[in-house]
Amino acid sequence: MSSDKLTLKQRFDRWMIKHGRVLVIGIPYFWLFLFFLVPFLIVLKISFSVAEYAQPPYTPLFEWIDEGITITLNFGNYLFLLSDSLYATAYLNSIRIAAISTIITLLIGYPMAYGIARARGSMRSVLLMLVILPFWTSFLIRVYAWIGILDREGLINAFLLWTGIISEPLIMRQTEFAVYVGIVYTYLPFMILPLYSTLEKMDVSLIEAALDLGCKPWQAFVKVTLPLSMPGILAGSLLVFIPAVGEFVIPELLGGPNTLMIGRTLWNEFFANRDWPIASAVAIAMLLFLVVPIMWFQHIQTKQEEREQ
Amino acid sequence: MNGKRSTFLISALVFGFAFLYVPILLVIIYSFNEGKLVTVWAGFSTKWYVSLFNNDGMIDAAWNSLRIGVMSATLALALGTPAGLVMSRFGRFKGRTMFSGMIAAPLVMPEVITGLSLLLLFVTLEQLVGWPAGRGLSTITIAHTTFCAAYVAVVVQSRLSGMDISVEEAAMDLGAKPAKIFFVITLPMILPALLAGWLLSFTLSLDDLVIASFVAGPGSTTLPMKVFSSVRLGVSPEINALATLIILTVSIMIVIASFLILRSERMRNRAANGSDA
Repeated sequence: MSSDKLTLKQRFDRWMIKHGRVLVIGIPYFWLFLFFLVPFLIVLKISFSVAEYAQPPYTPLFEWIDEGITITLNFGNYLFLLSDSLYATAYLNSIRIAAISTIITLLIGYPMAYGIARARGSMRSVLLMLVILPFWTSFLIRVYAWIGILDREGLINAFLLWTGIISEPLIMRQTEFAVYVGIVYTYLPFMILPLYSTLEKMDVSLIEAALDLGCKPWQAFVKVTLPLSMPGILAGSLLVFIPAVGEFVIPELLGGPNTLMIGRTLWNEFFANRDWPIASAVAIAMLLFLVVPIMWFQHIQTKQEEREQ
Repeated sequence: MNGKRSTFLISALVFGFAFLYVPILLVIIYSFNEGKLVTVWAGFSTKWYVSLFNNDGMIDAAWNSLRIGVMSATLALALGTPAGLVMSRFGRFKGRTMFSGMIAAPLVMPEVITGLSLLLLFVTLEQLVGWPAGRGLSTITIAHTTFCAAYVAVVVQSRLSGMDISVEEAAMDLGAKPAKIFFVITLPMILPALLAGWLLSFTLSLDDLVIASFVAGPGSTTLPMKVFSSVRLGVSPEINALATLIILTVSIMIVIASFLILRSERMRNRAANGSDA
């Protein structure tokens, strides 16, 4: 068939074969690029400007003066973050709280994931379902549930007072302890699921071999099970640690006024002080710290995909 | 020795699941409490449900949330499905590392950062091109679509990775066009994953407080924003009632969805076994 006698449909088909691949890649690529990557560049830009009473509340970075463009970079926001110890405290607190919560979540989640992976067929899917279900239920409501339990007039205090174990109510809500409970509680499914998927794929005969060769059960666990489940441990820990560093809802609802965390600081700078440049600088500083764990997480994800294919 | 170990595992499971479920059960039980105090049981009552349904602000916020949820879950499916397909079937291409980064990073990015950065994008775009004019339901929908698309991509990708590629290859050998292969073969096979991805996006959108708070405008209060402002003051029986309704709806949805997924999988297995025989 001569090429100048193509019908519209044939032309469309040819065009699709030539450009379809680009289109399928391009549309999600463009969306994520515009609404996920570009915003970070704007945050970076605004972190270098000065807050002012205007709409929007910051000075422009680029200005047209006499047909030339001048760029005013202002490092004041970052110097301010360094000079006020409030921010450093909030940072270190967030990292410490996130790290401790991650370890507690791992200690609770590992035996659970192991137990589920070793359960019999139908029981296993039921248990897995029970882990996934809370993950689908509202995060906000799961945090809220602990207010009623940990409060001064909450259920634990009511129960302990009733049994006579204590005579004065314990202060549990509005403490760092409550924040740990909240993070461990809401993020536990994120830890169990990746752990389960590595433990479930593991070859049980390796442990049997180790036991046959004279390993004690704990040695077999440390030398065989633990190293083989390392990808799951890392993926689960990063899935808990990274979002926990920037957590806002949990410290706000369960923590006290002294529980400084960086997510809360950013929120207050933005909503209470309406200082967008400082909030941006806080976000950039948090990202600089998180970029390594995030890239590590992506690396683990990619490796896992390659193994599956 | 084995017995000791399984006792340990069973008690870990029992304590773990008690930890996961007791708080939720308490919320459900106390939503039927007559009295206003959490700790004192004053008799069975459904009056908090009645007062919840008479709370116009709450109902409006719930409508907003449902509309945003349906819109962003559908858009996220439309964007996340090709993204998952690209990740598992398209092999190497220029910019693949960045693409996979933009899919993995939204899953763990702290919400305050995502929220702030999207707000600043919207403000900048409005200054530069006049769109989006102001903030409201549409900006929240765009924000939710973006992070939900990443979840859908991961779900679709893991489904495709576990799937036999030979049927698609056979169709290609027989001369079918890529688009036809996708709609006739791949799409029906990943339908359960698409259902799961849509539901996941819908619940994630329905639940999001932080990102929505940043990109919301006047008159676009969502349900979590409403809940958050009343929960800040402490426990409220009305919120207990709302929580119970949400938990019940989600649980029913999940049970139905997993039933459908299981059934479709069983049918596929039966078909596969039939063709083998």
